[in-house]
This record gives sequence, C-alpha cells and structure tokens, in this order.
Amino acid sequence: MRDKQIEDLKDYKYGFSTDIESFKAPKGLNEEVIRFISNIKKEPDWLLKWRLKAFERLKVLKEPDWQKPKYPKIDYQDLYYYSAPKSFKEKPKNLEDLDPKLLETYKKLGIPLQEQKRLNGIAVDAVFDSVSVATTFKDTLTEKGIIFCSISEAIQKHPDLVKKYLGSVIPITDHFFATLNSAVFTDGSFVYIPPNVQCPMELSTYFRINASDTGQFERTLIIADKGSYVSYLEGCTAPMRDENQLHAANVELIALDDAEIKYSTVQNWYPGDKDGKGGIYNFVTKRGLCKGKNSKISWTQVETGSAITWKYPSCILRGDNSIGEFYSIAITNNHQKADTGTKMIHLGKNTKSKIISKGISAGKSDMTYRGLVDISKNAYNSTNYTQCDSLLMGNKCGAHTVPYIKNKNSNSNIAHEATTSKISEDQLHYCQQRGLNQEEAVGLIVNGFCKEVLQQLPMEFAVEAQKLVGISLEGSVG
Amino acid sequence: MEQKLKTDFDKFISTSNFSNQEIKLKKEALDFFLKNGFPSRKLENWKFSDINQIIQKNIGELAFYNDYNIENKINDEIFLEKIEHNKIVIVNGKVEQLSFEYEESDKINLTTLNNFSPNPNDDNSLLSLNNSFSNKIHNILVKKNYSLKNPLIIYQITNEKVINTNINFQLNFELEDNSSIKIINLSEDNSEKNFINNLFNFNLGKNSILRNYKIDKKSNKNIKYDYSSITQKENSISETFIFSSGSDYIKNEVTCNLEGQYSSAFINGIHLLSKNKHHEIRTNTKHLYENTKSYQLIKSVIDDNSKSVYQGKIYVDSKAQKTDGYQLSKAVLLNEQAEFNAKPELEIYADDVKCSHGSASGSLDEDSIFYLMSRGLDQKTAKELLISGFLLDVVEKITDEEIKKLIKNMIGLN
Repeated sequence: MRDKQIEDLKDYKYGFSTDIESFKAPKGLNEEVIRFISNIKKEPDWLLKWRLKAFERLKVLKEPDWQKPKYPKIDYQDLYYYSAPKSFKEKPKNLEDLDPKLLETYKKLGIPLQEQKRLNGIAVDAVFDSVSVATTFKDTLTEKGIIFCSISEAIQKHPDLVKKYLGSVIPITDHFFATLNSAVFTDGSFVYIPPNVQCPMELSTYFRINASDTGQFERTLIIADKGSYVSYLEGCTAPMRDENQLHAANVELIALDDAEIKYSTVQNWYPGDKDGKGGIYNFVTKRGLCKGKNSKISWTQVETGSAITWKYPSCILRGDNSIGEFYSIAITNNHQKADTGTKMIHLGKNTKSKIISKGISAGKSDMTYRGLVDISKNAYNSTNYTQCDSLLMGNKCGAHTVPYIKNKNSNSNIAHEATTSKISEDQLHYCQQRGLNQEEAVGLIVNGFCKEVLQQLPMEFAVEAQKLVGISLEGSVG
Repeated sequence: MEQKLKTDFDKFISTSNFSNQEIKLKKEALDFFLKNGFPSRKLENWKFSDINQIIQKNIGELAFYNDYNIENKINDEIFLEKIEHNKIVIVNGKVEQLSFEYEESDKINLTTLNNFSPNPNDDNSLLSLNNSFSNKIHNILVKKNYSLKNPLIIYQITNEKVINTNINFQLNFELEDNSSIKIINLSEDNSEKNFINNLFNFNLGKNSILRNYKIDKKSNKNIKYDYSSITQKENSISETFIFSSGSDYIKNEVTCNLEGQYSSAFINGIHLLSKNKHHEIRTNTKHLYENTKSYQLIKSVIDDNSKSVYQGKIYVDSKAQKTDGYQLSKAVLLNEQAEFNAKPELEIYADDVKCSHGSASGSLDEDSIFYLMSRGLDQKTAKELLISGFLLDVVEKITDEEIKKLIKNMIGLN
C-alpha cells in the first residue's frame, strides 16, 4: 500500500502544466513594461509613480551576493513580467465564468475553489501566474467587515488603506529583489481585519506559476487593526520545466495594538529534477511589523520545494510588549539549496521573540540557517530564545548555522542553542525492531524531530505538511 | 596612504638585508595590501569591528616604517620572578633576546626563515601587510620527543618611542613528533596610538602538545590584531587561552586546522572590558579528518561603553566523520551602554557528527545577588563575587597547574 503511495508521489505531483493561452507583457524590464502593467490593471497615478520610483532605485541597486547558494546570473531582460490567462482580459464576474481549464488545474492541485465543494471552511484567493483568479467565501467575510481580495482589487476599492500601508514595512529602497517586486508586482492578496474582529476562518492564498519564462512577483499585504486576529495560509506549486523560474514576492504584515497575525506557509515549488536541472528560485521578502502595543506576529513555514530558497521572514517588534515568533522546517534533497531563517528586531520595551528552526538535508543538498537577533538600546527587559537543530542524511550534503546575535541592552536576555547530528542508530534500531522498515522508521523519527513546528500549523495544513516531509525525503535513506 | 606605504616600504627594504626571493615575496604581499587596504565592515569577518574605521578614528595617518637597526634597552623589572622561564623579548616588533637557558641546547633549533608562505587567506589583507613589513622571521623548532622543562614567556614590549606607527611581527613554531611546549604571551605596552599586527604560526607534529596562554592586561591605547594559525597532525593537542582586557581595541583570531586523526583543539577566552574598549575573539576550527575534537568557551564581562564580540566557526569537512565540536559563549552586560555581539557558526558537510553551540547574554542574575546580600554581603561585593565566579570557570580550564596559579594571581581572580 505504502509502496504504491510512494510510487505515486515519487515525482513532483504538481509538475503538470495547463495549456491555457496566456496574455503576456512584452519580454524585458523597462519603464514601458511597468507602464504596461500599471495600465492594464487600471492603477491610479500615485501607484505608477511609486513603481517608477522603485524602478529608478533598482537601477542603482546590485544583486546581493553574500548568500551561500550561488546561482547563474539571471537575465532580467529575458523574462515576462506579466502573464495572464487570455480569458482574463475581461475579468470574469463569478466562478461560473472562469475558464474550465483553469478550474481543472485547481482541482488537480486540490484547491476547492467552488464553494459547494468546500468542506473545511478556508477562504481561498488563488493566484495563477500573475493575476488573482477568484476569491471564495466573500459573503461571510464581508459581513464581518473583513476585506479579503486580490491586491489589484484593493487598489481600486480601498486605495486609502493600500496607500497608507503599502511599502511601510518593506520600503521601495530595500534590497534588490524587494525593489524589483515593488516595480513590477502584478497581483497578490490583500487582507484587512477591522478593529476587534476575530477572523472566523483561515484565509488562504494559493500561488501557481504556469507559463514559462515568467517571473512571479506577487505582493501580499495584511493589516490587522486593533484587537483583531487572523490566521493566513499560503501554498505554492509550479509545473516542471527545465529552465529555472524566478519567484520574488513581497509579503508585508502589520499588526496594530493587541492584534495578532499568524502566517503559515507550505512552500512546495518545483524543486528541479534529480540532477538539479530546473526548479524555482524562491527569493522572497517577508516582513512583519508589530506596530502596536501587545501585538503578535507568528511565522510558520514548511519549506520543501524550490531549487533555491532564500528567505528570511522577519519581525520588527516596535510596540511595547509585542511578540514575534518563527517556526520553520526546511528540507532539502537532491540538489536543492536553502538559505533561510529570520530576523527579530527588538525596538520596544518588554518585547519577546522565539525562534525554532529545524533543518534537514539529504542527497547532495545544502542548507543554511541564517538569523539575526538584534536587541536595541531601548528594548528594556526583552528576551529571545533561539533553537536551531539540523539533521544530516549522508555525507554529500551540508548543514550550516549562521546566527547573528546583537545585545545592546543590559536588561535583556538572549539565549541561543544549536545542534547538528544524524539520526541516532539506537532510535532507528528500536523502530526497526518493532517492525517498521527503514524508510518508515526514518519518517517517524523525522516527524518527531519536526513536531514542535508542525504543531504550530493549522490542522488541515499540518496533515499535508507531515506527508510532504515524508515525500521530500523519499529515497534519501540507505 | 598608498604613497606612504610605498615610500616606507622602499625605505624598509633599503635599510634591511633581505634576499632577492624575500624581497619579491614582500613586494607581492604589499601589492595585495595596496589593492585591498585595511579590512572594513563590508567583509563578513569584520562586520562587528571595522578596523579600517577604528584606525582612521583613533590614529589617523599611520607610518609603516620601523627601524629594526636600533638597539632597544630591556628593562629587567618586567620579567616575572615567580617562575623560572625561557624568554623571547620583543621590543617594537624586533626580537632583542631569545634565550632557552633552561633547556638542552641540542633539543631546540633556533633559525631565521629565508622564506615565508604567501597569505593563504584571501579576505585578510592584514596578513599580507604583516608579510610585507615584518622583520626576519624567527623559527623555533622543538626536536622529537623533547618537552620543554620550563615555560617560554614571550614579552611583547612597545616603548614610548613609537607613536602612530604600524608594528608588524611574525613568529614561527615547529613542534616535532612527541614534543611539547608551554608559552605565555605577555604584552607590556608603554606606547599609545599604534597599530600592532601579530602573526603566530604553529605546526604541531604527531602526539605533540601546545599550550598557549595570551595575556593582554596592561591598559593601553593601542589597536591590535593578533592572529594564531595552528596546524595539527595526528593525536596532537592545542590549548589556547586568551585573557583580553588591557588594550583599547584588540581582535584575537585563532585558526586551528585539525588535519590528523584524534587531534584536538581547545580555545578558551575571557573578555573583561570597561570604558570604551572594543574587543573581539574569532575562532575558526576546521575539522579536516575523522575523530577530531574541538571545544571553545568564551566569557565576557562588559562594563561602561565597551563592546565585546565573539565570532566562532566550526567547520566540518565531509571526510571528518565522528567529529565532536562544542562551543559556548556567555556574556554579562553590566551597563546600559555595553554591547555584546556574537556569531556562532556551524558549517557541516559530514553526517556522523556531534556539533553544537550555545550563546547567552544578559544581566547578572538578580536572584543570585539577592541571595548573597541576604547573607550579609553588600551589593558591590556580591556582584564582584558573581563576576569572578563567572570568569573562574574559564581560568579553571587551564591544564597547567603552575601557570593557572600564576594567571589567577596576575588577573586578580582567586
């Protein structure tokens, strides 16, 4: 039974591509393309100016090169910056109007777009290549005053909110990929939770890259107003292609007084084949700002896909008593490379942060945890706890830990721990003695290793993530 | 600076007698330094201590020429009396005395090197600077099966004659199989505003033991960089202890290459800082063969406006299965202006290893202070007691009892 399951899952099961005619902007990165994107999305003038300002800045910025995984130079002129299914030129009014092929794709991916098929009560916003396709459960959310729509829609309908918060956490002058995103972002999700509202369901976005030679540059903006709560999920897949595709998203979270945002990611972009050919370059900027007092932002990520993952979901703890959390599982196999971690910037008093990172590397892969904990002069009485554990399978892979620790306040405490080891022979022996085969035993032990993080995921995702952990390590034992 | 470097270099070469081969190597080293300049925060290793900026701010224009033809007088008063020892006395970068009076003369071979290996470290221009301006390099070779009877004390003296000058010094140690040596490195600075750049090379043969204790205690306004490179063969042991407190700025860097099976490296360090001092320790232990072991313990006590930095890297090659690596850094911040930065790093390519690191920083434990005060101690004494207990932990790691006692006395921990 299990063998069959493995056979089915051995290859990347989301590797199909959908044959939908797409409508693209001309290839290349220049002012014309930015104007084209802005124009087709009927954006207000201030946003176009904002994009162009970012583009100006981009001209002087250099691609960073301090990261561990190196990659061949990307020709930014050889990419499409906008791609939409052709049927989208006239935006569909409701789900029935959607291209059936598109619906088919999402069905294959297991995303229940159609409300009647919904069982678990997650509102979904799906992004296909560059445009947001459909958002489900709109009515229930509107009742509570929650805004959950694509960012293009938000720009049209809620320009004040967007204008106020867009770029307030990740300024357009940030690093290269963030600025690139600011200049050419095409779509993404927008969430606003009004004061004192607890969002009744998990909000979810599903990203998919379909067209070839396309970069995906989505932008997510989540604002939790005073006293509100939201849990947000993000999932990603892409078809198998021989060339590498670029994904450079920006995610900005803003939590005001007493608000809480929980952001979970299960990232399963196409990792390339066994010889390291193809796969997604996942260069994402994610940053949360605990702006108000007693606010809380919690990042949970399960990173199993992508040829190269390079991201550091961060928290800026500006409000007094605010809390930042980061839970991460990163798994690399074959030729995958990951350089991921977090930054916790303590600015307010009594701020707390916690980092739990679990890295597993197998095959010929390479994994780095890179993190920063910075307690500034005024962050009295702040604490941080960091734990990063790495597990190595085989001696052709690498596992690295590079934490930066800065303590400038004598009333604050930082504790950091890291270990690297392999699966203990004793544990393996014990499991095998109880009748599990080697792969099952490894799966069990790995799941135990990751448990602390898996627990943080919402139920539906936790099950999927657990399976994903098993699949990702397929064939790496023995 | 470029012009100054060139003219000072020409002056230095014309007043010394180096072989053509040496001059060629020195020129190459100078070219490397000219190209790269002083390291700045743009380089990963110098992120927390931008030496380029520190030199600019505290010294300004540096002179690179040192007259090694001057005879310097040695003040006998600085020699330690409590312990019988061999001596190397270095004044302003020049070796003035080299005596191994307590040892069998045929067991130790003293020479000067006619050659040196070019800078192996691409991103460290200071080693090139050292190569280009240091005087003749002395080599101390301990013969097979010989253990030095008494410790060797290296007195590194600077006098008031030098100011705004860059002093470069290099020393080589070779330990043949089954030999051992104990070294205490004492700095005695009577100068200020100099940039002192030291490079020590140690080559450890099979089963040899190196114990190296570095003491920087006397308060002085110099800027220092001290690099020790240790290469270890099978079954050898190196023990390095760093007490870093006196100089305004010092970066101690220790690189251990564990090339032989069952070799082990221990590095322990103390930062005891006050006023505006800025000290850094960087350790880089490279496990390159099976069954090697390394252990690092660094503790900092930071007061006033001072800043302590620890960067520690454990590198495990894919060949180095069964590596045991452990690293711990702890810091106590006594003042609101004090700062502690750490970067404990693991880079691991082998799976059957046991590597871990920990880092903790914060204030003195209030409960402990309260406990001691409730036993009748005043707050100041209670704090002092806790601090010396915190630091003693590191001193206790010194394996040589006699030297441990000496060092405890010297730094006032009992």
